[in-house]
Amino acid sequence: MKRARGDRVFWLLAFFSSLSVIVMFTLLFYELLSNSVPIWKDGMSFITGMVWDPLKGLFGAFPFIYGTLLTATFAILLSTFLGVGIAIFLSEIAPSSLRVIISSIIELIAAIPSVIIGLWGIFVLAPFVRDNLQPLLQHLSFIPLFSGKTLSGLSMLTAILVLTFMVTPIVAAIAREALLMVPEDLKEALYSLGATRYEVVRHVCIPYARQGIFGGVILGYGRALGETMAVTMVIGNTPSISASILNPGYTMAAVIANEFTEATGDVYLSALIGIALLLLLISLAVNLVGRMIVWKWQQEG
Amino acid sequence: MAGHATDKIVVRNLNAWYGDFQALKNINLSIKKNTITAILGPSGCGKSTFIRCLNRLHELRSDAKIEGEILLDGKSVFNMDPVEVRRKIGMVFQRPNPFPTMSIYDNVAIGLKLNGVRDKKALDRVVEDSLKKAALWDEVKDKLNMPGTSLSGGQQQRLCIARAIATNPEVILFDEPTSALDPISAVKIEDLLVDLKGNYTVVIVTHNIQQAGRVSDYVAFFWMGELVEFGKTAEVFENPKEELTEAYLTGRIG
Amino acid sequence: MAARRLKDNALTIYSILSLVVIAIPLLHIIATTLINGAQSLTPEFFTSLPKPPGEEGGGVANAIQGTAILVALTMLISVPAALLTAIYLSEFPESRLRDLIRLLNDTFMGTPSIVAGVFAYTLLVTKFGFSALAGAFALSVLAVPMMVKTMEEALKLVPTDIREAGLSLGIRHWRVVTSIVLRTAMPAIASGVLLTVARISGETAPLLFTAFGNPNFATGILEPVSALPLMIYVYAISPYPDWHRKAWGASLVLMIAVLTINLITKYKLRRR
Ligand SMILES: Nc1ncnc2c1ncn2[C@@H]1O[C@H](COP(=O)(O)OP(=O)(O)OP(=O)(O)O)[C@@H](O)[C@H]1O
Ligand SMILES: [Mg+2]
Repeated sequence: MKRARGDRVFWLLAFFSSLSVIVMFTLLFYELLSNSVPIWKDGMSFITGMVWDPLKGLFGAFPFIYGTLLTATFAILLSTFLGVGIAIFLSEIAPSSLRVIISSIIELIAAIPSVIIGLWGIFVLAPFVRDNLQPLLQHLSFIPLFSGKTLSGLSMLTAILVLTFMVTPIVAAIAREALLMVPEDLKEALYSLGATRYEVVRHVCIPYARQGIFGGVILGYGRALGETMAVTMVIGNTPSISASILNPGYTMAAVIANEFTEATGDVYLSALIGIALLLLLISLAVNLVGRMIVWKWQQEG
Repeated sequence: MAGHATDKIVVRNLNAWYGDFQALKNINLSIKKNTITAILGPSGCGKSTFIRCLNRLHELRSDAKIEGEILLDGKSVFNMDPVEVRRKIGMVFQRPNPFPTMSIYDNVAIGLKLNGVRDKKALDRVVEDSLKKAALWDEVKDKLNMPGTSLSGGQQQRLCIARAIATNPEVILFDEPTSALDPISAVKIEDLLVDLKGNYTVVIVTHNIQQAGRVSDYVAFFWMGELVEFGKTAEVFENPKEELTEAYLTGRIG
Repeated sequence: MAARRLKDNALTIYSILSLVVIAIPLLHIIATTLINGAQSLTPEFFTSLPKPPGEEGGGVANAIQGTAILVALTMLISVPAALLTAIYLSEFPESRLRDLIRLLNDTFMGTPSIVAGVFAYTLLVTKFGFSALAGAFALSVLAVPMMVKTMEEALKLVPTDIREAGLSLGIRHWRVVTSIVLRTAMPAIASGVLLTVARISGETAPLLFTAFGNPNFATGILEPVSALPLMIYVYAISPYPDWHRKAWGASLVLMIAVLTINLITKYKLRRR
């Protein structure tokens, strides 16, 4: 078949541009892997190592993995609880005149740069945590989760709160869209049997929209795991493994942000690049697992 | 091999698939120059697929396959540049689809413009001419810069006809051009079809038996991907040779 | 019946409380930024360079310039790449390769922004030093996948028969795509690009060890540059109260820019 030159050039341009996606993806992994080779010499001990002391040449990544998973997981649990609540409010409960306004405001707020939230975290939230939340939670200090304290308010709790404020709008917006897709006649069918709003939400809306809601939660979790600035600014940046969220901590993204330009020596730098690789893998794994669960649901439904 | 001198399009042993599903089975027919040929048949029988084979739109679907021969003026369309084929065989779609971002003028002129015609005077002339042939000129001549989508449904469909005429094709394919329109607009389009016959060869897909009777010279009746009957409209309508055709024409099936 | 009504009320209370719990801090962030930031917004703030640490006065003109350079450079790199990729995904026949590219692109969207910075560092900074270009590359790693996604969706919204109408006029494929399909999808594509600009201009992490920061105006794209978010971060963690005030001022500028872009896309481009 004949093809005009214009069409061929056009195809070539589009084809090679999209190949660049594959090239970049490969290059990303290649760069992170080849530049972190020294740290993988001891294999798993980098991942399981509990001590991070660059001066002594000790590079254990576990405190950061722990801090990342702990803060992101607490944050996504809170965000799911609050985000679904907001979504239910916006799709089922709020008067229709309020719905559009509130949801546009929420979408706008989700766009605020994280460094601004971090700034607020340092100067507003951290003092609030120190002066108000910490004394309150110390009544519960018999629970290991609430057993520590800081003088600055810069702690894992502060990081969790900041992450929650950032991620909830995302979860809420996606959950709302999922709830709006629930067919009106399904809800009406249950209402006409004399069901209450709670029962309709519980038995029709949530089951129908769970796939979309879950997608939002996964997206939010990925965001929380990879969030750098806001967390770096409020978590206290201490590479310890503490059961208490009232103590300071450290995350993978934060240690890279803080120490990358100061990293002296190949091993130090390769350890940080190794952490970047781990962070990437964790984010992608969360993404993939989430996708697979949604896919499985689609097969069933 | 080329049929009669008056045969504009000759179709031989045409088969078409969507993936594994065979939508057209061994179609043979000839379309005479300057006539209107109506394609009739129940929904899903392959009418659209058939005319989309003629201007090689069918093969753009990712899983589509096509076999057989289609001759335009005795030359196989599969040996021609598809763009050339489509320049000679224009098409009007079921739902009016003017280009949404373009003015009335640009909708008509775009085919020529994108094929390199720059001369403003020539474009003006073609736009006026085409809109006149499409019986739309008087209604739009004062608002050529308005968006094409600002017109009514019937006007939009005539705009699409003008758009197809403007590139000066030899054949125009119509896929149920009136099914999305009100009866009055439909009648206008029907009148237009008959006028077009003088200059073009017309193929029209329709569900409407009366419409086929009113406008067409030839009629082809399709059934589940096969061509059941083909002949002069008057003859087929008065005494169909096939029982299926009769059943369809009398409304017993379809 | 009483239990059912109780549950019903509980649902209402839960949903309203969720909104309140989240709305208060978020509105507080906006209000604090407005109040604290407004105090530092003087003409000097916009036009002069920063003073050395500890000295009062000066402005953030270098950061404003830097953000403008970085955003422009990022868009220069990523808009053509993303647009062509999106066209490949939506305007050419389905294939395994296309599915793979779509999957990788979706996966790329989950790249943490700090990782993009590390990538740009190992690829570019180790060879050419800190530069605006390396910063823009890191930002592009984040921007391209987002834009491919929104652009492909925008192109997919153009009805198929618009394309077929173009082709049936005997117009070449590339012309149909560039003159008819792209034009039809333009508002949605533009809104995707603008939202990416908003997202990108607030990113800090990818710039920390690529663009790096620069106390002066940059004179070329191979030099380090400052950026508003970078400056906010550095000033926020500094010990100087004057820098804290500047950080709030820069935050206000950045927030207004980002929210304005979002509002424009929402009310001008989405409504058709
Ligand atoms: N893209 C496609 N993929 C798979 N099958 C298709 C596709 N398009 C059409 N078909 C099938 O091919 C057959 C013929 O379709 P076609 O559109 O040609 O019918 P038609 O006669 O034009 O029907 P209608 O009168 O409803 O427009 C139908 O059974 C249809 O289901
Ligand atoms: Mg059809």
